[in-house]
Amino acid sequence: MIEVISGERCIDCDLCVKVCPTDVFDAVEGDHPVIARQGDCQTCFLCEAYCPVDAMFVAPTTDPLPIGSNLLDERWLVDADLLGGYRRDLGWNKGAAPTAGRDPAGRFLASMHGDPGPIRLPPPAPYRSLSELS
Amino acid sequence: MSHPDDTTVHLDIDADVLVVGGGPAGTWAAVKAAEAGARVVLVDKGYCGSSGATAAAGTGVWYVPPVAGERESAKASRESLGGHLADRRWMDRVLDETWARVPELEEHGYPFPVDDETGLPIRTSLQGPDYMKRQRQRVARAGVRILDHSPVLELLVDDDGAVVGAHGLRRQAAERYRVRAGATVLASGGCAFLSRTLGCNVDTGDGYLYAAEAGAELSGMEFSNSYSIAPAGTSVTKSAFYHWATFYRADGTVLEGAGSQRGRSVIARTLLDEPVFCRIDRLDDDLKQLLPTLQPNFFQPFVKLGVDPFTDLFPVTLILEGTVRGTGGLRIVDDSCATSVPGLFAAGDAATRQEICGAFTGGGSHNAAWAISSGVWAGTGAADHALALKATARTRPARGAGTVGLRPTGRPGPVDEHRDVVATVQGEVMPYDKNLFRTDPGLRASLTVLDDAWDRARSSLLGVGKDAYRAREAAAMVATARWMYRSGLVRTETRGMHKRDDFPQLDPEQHHRILSGGLDEVWTAIEPLGWTVPPPTAAPALAGAAR
Repeated sequence: MIEVISGERCIDCDLCVKVCPTDVFDAVEGDHPVIARQGDCQTCFLCEAYCPVDAMFVAPTTDPLPIGSNLLDERWLVDADLLGGYRRDLGWNKGAAPTAGRDPAGRFLASMHGDPGPIRLPPPAPYRSLSELS
Repeated sequence: MSHPDDTTVHLDIDADVLVVGGGPAGTWAAVKAAEAGARVVLVDKGYCGSSGATAAAGTGVWYVPPVAGERESAKASRESLGGHLADRRWMDRVLDETWARVPELEEHGYPFPVDDETGLPIRTSLQGPDYMKRQRQRVARAGVRILDHSPVLELLVDDDGAVVGAHGLRRQAAERYRVRAGATVLASGGCAFLSRTLGCNVDTGDGYLYAAEAGAELSGMEFSNSYSIAPAGTSVTKSAFYHWATFYRADGTVLEGAGSQRGRSVIARTLLDEPVFCRIDRLDDDLKQLLPTLQPNFFQPFVKLGVDPFTDLFPVTLILEGTVRGTGGLRIVDDSCATSVPGLFAAGDAATRQEICGAFTGGGSHNAAWAISSGVWAGTGAADHALALKATARTRPARGAGTVGLRPTGRPGPVDEHRDVVATVQGEVMPYDKNLFRTDPGLRASLTVLDDAWDRARSSLLGVGKDAYRAREAAAMVATARWMYRSGLVRTETRGMHKRDDFPQLDPEQHHRILSGGLDEVWTAIEPLGWTVPPPTAAPALAGAAR
C-alpha cells in the first residue's frame, strides 16, 4: 500500500488526489497532499504511474510495513532507485514512449499455450524466511 | 433518520443516457451513446481512467480474425471448460464486434506494437494504464460529461418501474447529486468483495444490488468463486507467468499436481494446512528478457521486495476475485444488453458473461472482448431507448429504489457499522473451504450467517456523509453473496468453476442456467437453454474402441 509521498519531490499538483480510484489522499491547502485513508489503498500502483515527479512509493504489500522497514525510508528508496520505477516500466516518464508499443505479446501469448517445458534449475533449497523482504 | 442536510441534492443533471462506471465497458458505452446522438453523463465511483480491474493491469483481447478455422478453434477452446453453457451465437457476435472495434483504439492513439516480420499491428493485448488513459480522453472528446469520485447510491424509478436515472454522492465534497436520464447503463463491474485483488476494490457488486432493487434478475451467480494466484501479502493477481512456474512445499519438494490453470485446487487445498511456494523456473532466458515491459505490474512486488522470481522461492496465496473473473452477473434479455427492467442496460462484468464463457472464468481476453462488445451494444441500445422517449423522460416522477444501507427500517446503527457487515461477508466468501470447495451443509451454514447479516443491516445500516457509499457497498456484498450461495446450492453438480465436493461430477441433466434475485427473500429459478451439448467427438470414440 501507499507508504511514501516524498516531501522533497512533491510539487502539490494534487493529481494523486484526483486519480486515486479509492480516494486515499486528501489535498491540503498550500501544502503537499496527505495519505488520509491508507487502509483504503488497494495497492494498484496507479498513483505512482501518474505522479509527474516520481514522488510516490507504493509498497507491494497490502498491509502497512513494519516500523523500521527500508521501504519507508525516502533516502533508501532513492538510493535503491525504487521511486518512479513503475512509471519508467510503463514508459510514462518524460521523453519516453509507452512500452505498450513494444509489447511483445504476440510471441509471448503464442508460447503460453501448451507444455511449459522442464524445470530449468536445480531443485531449490528449503525455504527459510522472507523476513528480509520488508 | 439521517441528517437533513446530508441528503440535499446539490447537483441536478438532465441527460439522455447515464453510464455508471468508467472502466472499459462504461467508456465504450458512453462513446457509442454519444456517437448515436445522446447527451451522456458518465459517473465513476473512483476516477474514470484508473478505476477497475483493467486500468491497474494488462489484458489479452479475444481478437480473432474472421477466418473460419481460427474462429472455430477460438469458440471450441473454452466450450467444454465452460460446461457448454456458452452460446455460439453470442460468441460469434462478440468475435465480430471485437474485430470491428479494436482498430478504433489505434485511431485514438493506442500504440499497438508492430510485428517485426509482417509490419502489421499486434492487437491481441492491451496494457491497462495506457488503454484506460486513452479511453478517458476519448470519452471526454465525445462530449460526455464525466463525474469522478461520484458513486451511485441508488437508481431512480418511475411509477411504472422504469429506471429514470440515479442518485449518488460526490464523495470528495460529501454532496449528493441526481441524474435524470432516459436510459441507464450499469457498467459498474463485478464483485471481488474488497479482497484487494489488483484494481478491484471498487468492484463491490453495487450494480447488482441497484438493479435487483429495481426488479432485475441475475444469472449464473454460482460461477463466482474465481481465485487468482498472487505473491503472498501482495495485490498482484496477474496469472499469466505462472504458466512457467513450479509450486513447492517449504522443504523444497515439488507440490505434485499444482498448477496455475488446472492445478489451482491443489494449491488451495494445500494452503488450508501449510504455505505454498513458487518459482518461475520453466521459462527460457529469451522470453525472460521480454517480461518486464509485457506486464510491468507483475514485477512490482519482486523489484520492490528484492526477490528474483526466476531463482528464488516466494510464498503464494490465492485471492478471491469473485464475479470479476467469474461469469455470473446481471441477466441480459436481448441483443442490446437490456435487462428485464425498462430503461436499464448492463455491460462488462456487471452483466453475466455466460454467453461467451459459460461456467468457466471470463477473466482476461474474453472479459476484455465482452467489455468492448457489450459496452457498444448497451451504449447504442440505451441511446436508442432514450431518444425514442424524448422529453417524456424528464417529466416522469422519480422515486429512489434504494433499500439496505440507505433507508434503515429501524434505528440507525453506528456510523462504521459497514465495517462489521463487510467482515461478516468476507468471513463467508473468502475461505477456500467455504467458497471454492462447496458442500450443501457448508453453503447452508453460510447462508444462515448471510441472511442474518442482511436482516440486521436492513434494520440499522446507514451510510453518512462522505462514507454514505460504504454502507451501500456492504449491502451489495451481502446481497451478492446470498445470490451466489443460493444459486450454488441448487446446482447440485460440479460444472466449470462451481465445484461441489458433495457432487464432484457434471450432471448432464443440469445443462441450464440458474437465475436468481430478490432482496429480503432470495429466489432462484432454472432457465432452460435452447441448444444441447454436442456429442463427443474423436477422442472418446477412440477410447471406446480400445475397450
